[in-house]
Amino acid sequence: MPLLDVDDLTTWFHTRDGVVRAVDGVSFSLDRGETLGIVGESGSGKSVTCYSLMRLIPEPPGRIERGTAMYDGRDLLQMSKQELRKVRGDKISMIFQDPMTSLNPYLRISTQLIEALQTHRDIDKKAALNKAIEALEEVGIPGASKRVFSYPHEFSGGMRQRVMIAMALITEPDLLIADEPTTALDVTVQAQIMDIIKQRQNDLGTAVILVTHDLGVVAGSCDKVLVMYGGREMESGSVEQIFHHPRHPYTRALQKTIPSLQEKGQELFTIPGLPPDVSKPIHGCAFHPRCPYPKIGQPEGERPPLEEIEPGHCWSACGYCDSSAPIETVLAKADVDAVETVEGDA
Amino acid sequence: MLKFIAMRLLQGVLVLLGIYAVTFLLVAATPGSPFSSERAIAPEILAQIEAFYGYDRPLGERFITSLGNFVQGEFGPSAVYANRTVTQIIAESFPVSLTLGSISLGLALLLGVPAGILAAVKRNTWLDYIPMSVSMAGICLPTFVMGPLLALVFGLILQWLPVAGWYGPEFAILPATTLGLYYAAYFARLTRGGMLEMLNQDWVRTARAKGVAESTIIWKHCLKGGLIPAITFLGPALAGIISGSFVVETIFQIPGLGQWFVRAALNRDDFLVLGLTVLFAAMIVLMNLLVDIVQVALNPRLKYD
Repeated sequence: MPLLDVDDLTTWFHTRDGVVRAVDGVSFSLDRGETLGIVGESGSGKSVTCYSLMRLIPEPPGRIERGTAMYDGRDLLQMSKQELRKVRGDKISMIFQDPMTSLNPYLRISTQLIEALQTHRDIDKKAALNKAIEALEEVGIPGASKRVFSYPHEFSGGMRQRVMIAMALITEPDLLIADEPTTALDVTVQAQIMDIIKQRQNDLGTAVILVTHDLGVVAGSCDKVLVMYGGREMESGSVEQIFHHPRHPYTRALQKTIPSLQEKGQELFTIPGLPPDVSKPIHGCAFHPRCPYPKIGQPEGERPPLEEIEPGHCWSACGYCDSSAPIETVLAKADVDAVETVEGDA
Repeated sequence: MLKFIAMRLLQGVLVLLGIYAVTFLLVAATPGSPFSSERAIAPEILAQIEAFYGYDRPLGERFITSLGNFVQGEFGPSAVYANRTVTQIIAESFPVSLTLGSISLGLALLLGVPAGILAAVKRNTWLDYIPMSVSMAGICLPTFVMGPLLALVFGLILQWLPVAGWYGPEFAILPATTLGLYYAAYFARLTRGGMLEMLNQDWVRTARAKGVAESTIIWKHCLKGGLIPAITFLGPALAGIISGSFVVETIFQIPGLGQWFVRAALNRDDFLVLGLTVLFAAMIVLMNLLVDIVQVALNPRLKYD
């Protein structure tokens, strides 16, 4: 039985301007100790997926419309608030994007570190404090026994994210949800933070859901990948499957955007256009308007069905474009077409 | 911290000096004199009076003499009420205002702060709308409407409480309520705003993700920061409320300090105007210092410097 089995998770925000379909029927599963990477552009519903699992989306306007998230035989989405509180911070922890605002500036690090322990364990303050110092040492904070009594503003961004990791893992949870843990940090610190997460995961056997838009990080540290776009699942599978045999045009285009895979000195590849406006219903494939592949027919119906190509490798089987050719060929042809159009105009 | 307080007190002295100088000049520049009256006074007598109060001296000399007296805590005689000094007047009326003000402020905090917290926590429910509408009404309704209204209902119709005078504890109830409700309204709105800001912070989400109970989030994570706007307002509110309210004192016939502010100005009682102004300014300086100290205690990101 997987540790976490999410099926058809759907979270909508009912705003004055209409229904924002932030997450629209996402499914995935995760075993103990496994790492799942969720990738996609900004606004593709990655973070909302995570918050929905922890039921941290503001309600109203947000609402989890459908779906199940089975954890340890129980549905996270149906739990009462009391039950949920027992899971949060004990079995499932979370770290957030911006370490500058995620720690309470009015309370000492020590207070915030031991809070989860005091909430979930029968432990006296002194023992909890010792564990907190230990936890800080494990994430590489020098002089932890003194610095534990500092306030958050006395730490740098990278140090704060280390504190966040220590805080999230102090109860040795089964699952750590990391919502873009390195996005707000300096490039030099990003690798350190990822190393710490990886190392602590190995020590504790924690499963990790890693939300990121850095595909390099996913390739380096994840077992499975979920590619999201417009609140929907575009493709999912193992890292090998997604990186070596990408099936969906969006996954392929996304991979083309990795700077280190592009030729040096060339202009960086970007996917033209903007992510879809999820406050309007999307017909057919969400990526259709930006898809570089030759189009065949008009999108119809709700959405393309998920098709399993090989065990564990699914894609949103869009039938509106001819995606048989590799993306390089398609892009090269598009370039030639563009040049011809310009010449034709002249 | 001691250095901080010493520095601030020194600054306060400079502020008071400035206020003293400006007030002195304004009073001196006002046309007329404290001794002019409708009845004609013989020039010799007027000259004698002016000599008694030192008005025959040049302005600069008067300024120095009076400043010297002020520094020694001697605010001079009243220019209008014979045989009474400014110090006496303040000593008689200030305790009255202080008592009334303290009760009012206590009431304001006791009502306003919990109402604000409740409204913030239960935002957009009737537990938010009701206290907030009441407080909006409280801010909009001036004390000269609220005062007579309370006096009418509880004094004249129900006959529960006295409506005027200052002879015992029961006489404080109606005026303190009038004044207290007004400030309670402000405190409620400021506390609500402060708490709402805290509750919307990212670190509240972090605390929820840790499984912390909602009540702990309110008391432990949000209260310190949420009270800061209310505490900032506490400085001027405190100074204003304990130095008396002219309106409330007039409505309920209370011999407090507030009425003297107006009477001194209308009577052109130069020394009293100066004395009261400096007293009020000193109180604001002290209260703001107090508020600053409390703020540093609440907010670890602030430091004494």
